[in-house]
Amino acid sequence: MTALIEIESVSKRFVKRVDLAGKIANMLGAHNREQIVRAVDDVTLTIRQGEVLGLVGESGCGKSTLGRMVAGIMQTSAGRILYEGRAREDGVASTQVADALAVQMIFQDPMASLNPRMRIEDIIGEAPVVHGLVDAAGKRDYVAGMMQKVGLDPSVMGRFPHQFSGGQRARIGIARALAVKPKVLVCDEAVAALDVSIQAQVLNLFMDLRAEMKLTYLFVSHDLSVIRHIADRVAVMYLGRIVETADTDALFEAPAHPYTRALLDEVPRIDMRKKRFAVLKGEVPSPLNPPSGCHFHPRCPRMEDICKTGRPPLLAVGPGHEAACLFPQTGGALPEPMSQ
Amino acid sequence: MSAPILSIHDLKVEFGTRQGVVKAVDGVSLNVYRGEVLGLVGESGSGKSVTGLSILGLIDPPGRIASGSIKLEGTELIGLPEDELRRLRGERMAMIFQDPMTTLNPVLRIDTQMIETIRAHENVSERAARSRAEEALKRVGIPSPAERLLTYPHQLSGGMRQRVAIAIALLMSPALLVADEPTTALDVTIQSQIIAEVQQLCSETGTALIWITHDLAVVAGLADRIAVMYAGRIVEEGDVDPVLDHPRHPYTYGLLGSAPSNNRRGEKLAQIPGMTPSLANLPSGCAFAPRCAFAQGDCSTAPPTLTHDGSRAWRCFHPVPDREDVR
Amino acid sequence: MTDTPFILDRGESLWRQRISQFFAKPSAYVSFGLLVLLLLIAIFAPMVAPQNPYDLAQLDIMDGRLPPGSKSMDGKIFWLGTDEQGRDMLSAILYGLRISLFVGVVSTFFACIIGASIGVFAAYKGGKVESFVMRLVDLQLSFPAILIALVLLAAFGRGVDKVIVALIIVQWAYYARTVRGNALVERNRDYMEAARCLALPRSRILFSHLLPNCLPPLIVVATVQVAHAIALEATLSFLGVGVPVTEPSLGMLIKNGYDYLMSGKYWISTWPGLALVLAIVVINLVGDRLRDVLNPRLAQ
Repeated sequence: MTALIEIESVSKRFVKRVDLAGKIANMLGAHNREQIVRAVDDVTLTIRQGEVLGLVGESGCGKSTLGRMVAGIMQTSAGRILYEGRAREDGVASTQVADALAVQMIFQDPMASLNPRMRIEDIIGEAPVVHGLVDAAGKRDYVAGMMQKVGLDPSVMGRFPHQFSGGQRARIGIARALAVKPKVLVCDEAVAALDVSIQAQVLNLFMDLRAEMKLTYLFVSHDLSVIRHIADRVAVMYLGRIVETADTDALFEAPAHPYTRALLDEVPRIDMRKKRFAVLKGEVPSPLNPPSGCHFHPRCPRMEDICKTGRPPLLAVGPGHEAACLFPQTGGALPEPMSQ
Repeated sequence: MSAPILSIHDLKVEFGTRQGVVKAVDGVSLNVYRGEVLGLVGESGSGKSVTGLSILGLIDPPGRIASGSIKLEGTELIGLPEDELRRLRGERMAMIFQDPMTTLNPVLRIDTQMIETIRAHENVSERAARSRAEEALKRVGIPSPAERLLTYPHQLSGGMRQRVAIAIALLMSPALLVADEPTTALDVTIQSQIIAEVQQLCSETGTALIWITHDLAVVAGLADRIAVMYAGRIVEEGDVDPVLDHPRHPYTYGLLGSAPSNNRRGEKLAQIPGMTPSLANLPSGCAFAPRCAFAQGDCSTAPPTLTHDGSRAWRCFHPVPDREDVR
Repeated sequence: MTDTPFILDRGESLWRQRISQFFAKPSAYVSFGLLVLLLLIAIFAPMVAPQNPYDLAQLDIMDGRLPPGSKSMDGKIFWLGTDEQGRDMLSAILYGLRISLFVGVVSTFFACIIGASIGVFAAYKGGKVESFVMRLVDLQLSFPAILIALVLLAAFGRGVDKVIVALIIVQWAYYARTVRGNALVERNRDYMEAARCLALPRSRILFSHLLPNCLPPLIVVATVQVAHAIALEATLSFLGVGVPVTEPSLGMLIKNGYDYLMSGKYWISTWPGLALVLAIVVINLVGDRLRDVLNPRLAQ
């Protein structure tokens, strides 16, 4: 499969500079320092044409930030993101716009991602008209087509977002993205805010669209059961770094990185009753002050001294399976695999 | 079986809106016993949170408790004067919410809030109250509790705040703890820790726990009994294992069926069609009938009554046949 | 995920909802009704007033300084008395209200447009541009409005148009600051990110997406500011700068009658004063009610 999106050594730093007042305070003896958060720390990843790549991790791991950079909403601090081999900054304006439209984002909060003062017709139809995909006369029909594709009744296109339910708003967001004929959809926790029964409908919609429109997905989520169901490959992130990538089956059946193992252990499952919860101690450290070396070492059951120095590289532990750990667990399944 | 700690009978809660009266809770009855964990499951609009708030007497206008009875350790709560209710809250019953900042005052230090709570209910010295507060923080697994007491809520992470909220709730060793989606907004690993701590605490103190959530997996691991709500009514209840393995109500069946973990990887999820009805505009008869794969003619004429089978109950004229398991 | 009962409003636009919310409180009818009355009076003053007080041909100095209720030389009743020139106070007030409201509304309107545009632009640009504009705003707002207006009018001279310009210059900064604050919040919202993701041109995002969502607090501020502008103009006229004698506003009328207060001819100052107070109070009441209704807490 060809690589559609290549993420090359991408980092994103958020810097909180010392302001004028802080500088004056420093001169008087305070120790205000610049605060740097490495939300994404030197990540290299490939998204192949036609695949669904799942991006999992807990809060603060940087998956949303990475998703936003892939969608072009946020600038990278370092590294490049190539679409079809082209970087966003290179090329003429028209290619840049076409490339920007090719990667669209579906947001987590369906209400916040829709402009409350615009009618659905305009929310979906504005960008296609502006970019010349359809002329003003054909806008209504075009929007109607999009709405039908996502399972909405076109007759409501004159209404406003607040008049719809959460599931319907999610569909409107999807229709808006589809209206510019993208090739890649970045779904940032797209179903997290939805009720379980609606979630199933929207996930099925994603799968239908993928087949029908030959889409590629970057599916960012913290919900492992959803990822397991929909993704072909999975990348696990922790504190800004990728700690493991593998095909979905391989990841869930034989996770190599200790964090992945712990994560899979912690996730509640419907088939596991009266569970004795928790064994992973501690909390995710603050991204302002991550532990040295391997970020996970303070919580890792297999930690050795060498883990505190130097960042472990992504090493192959199997075909198409990499883990950023010096002591990965190779082979061996989890005690109770998730039901099929 | 001893008397239940909490006994709700035919509770009805209404909200007055411009569209008319909305029945958020329409005839809910349940019992919770000492040391038991009840999972109250439902999606948005099901009435689960409103039920929880009613127990604590936290329904504000335009909502009101229209009828029914809520008895805590034999005392009727509905109609109780506010100062009586306030005394019971904190001492005999407590609640934690999805956002711990609902419980915690952002401008007060943790120790102030905890000591205040203790001394509001008991006549102890500040020193004694402080050491109890410290002990409570230690029991919920907060490291360096003495230092934590001196912090403000915004200095703590989300998981820590929730733990503090739990500690405050359990300070007076109440008989009943109502938890409304407390871990929904937290990471999986933190969620896991907090559920473990609550589980342990409740078994130590014998506190009955009502855990309100939409997450069936959490209920599966935590609860002894489960009650499933839809459009303001309980549609199924029973012990966790039989309900989750052999659901009788089509809604429970549909919910379990649509969970990704209960479907083959890569295949379409078995979905429940349609959406939750607007509470201002409920269909006549069974509220779930329009979306139900098992519905028949009589389902839309009259609302189904509860059918009992031992400790299980479901509200359906045509329940899921016995041999149809979820998996 | 909240568990509030879900109710779909079928086909009700945002405006209609807001309007019905506005009138949910009975007192809103009263204040809004009075406001409409004032506006109508202002617009139709020439037709409603018994006399055109600025048409010298209609005045008779023998009618001067008559107390309320007295008769004129040709039999008309002066309901509110006359001033020293023989002008019917009622008519003078109606005309004066007209000028006051005109100045207040027009200056607020343009100050709002200019200030809002600058505010939204600054917030969108961010960085140095935003800092510069905001410092300018801070600078202006640190001076008392009266002071700036006095200086400007000393330079411009008298005239209704000059007063309006001066008030615009004095007021724009307030709107810029309000809008910029709101825009700061809105620019990070998901729908703005969605607009950027769709590669929409910047100007479009600014004026079609960002600005309309910054309007609600602006409407409240602008409404109350009209009252403020009216009061400001009244003060300036009272001090003798501002509107010319030929087109007196309520402030000017108060000034005219000021000298007679001590000699018992209260009506020449008092009635215009009361009219001014009434106008300001009514506008404030409507503005307060608007603020309650447009409060973002009522997120639907």
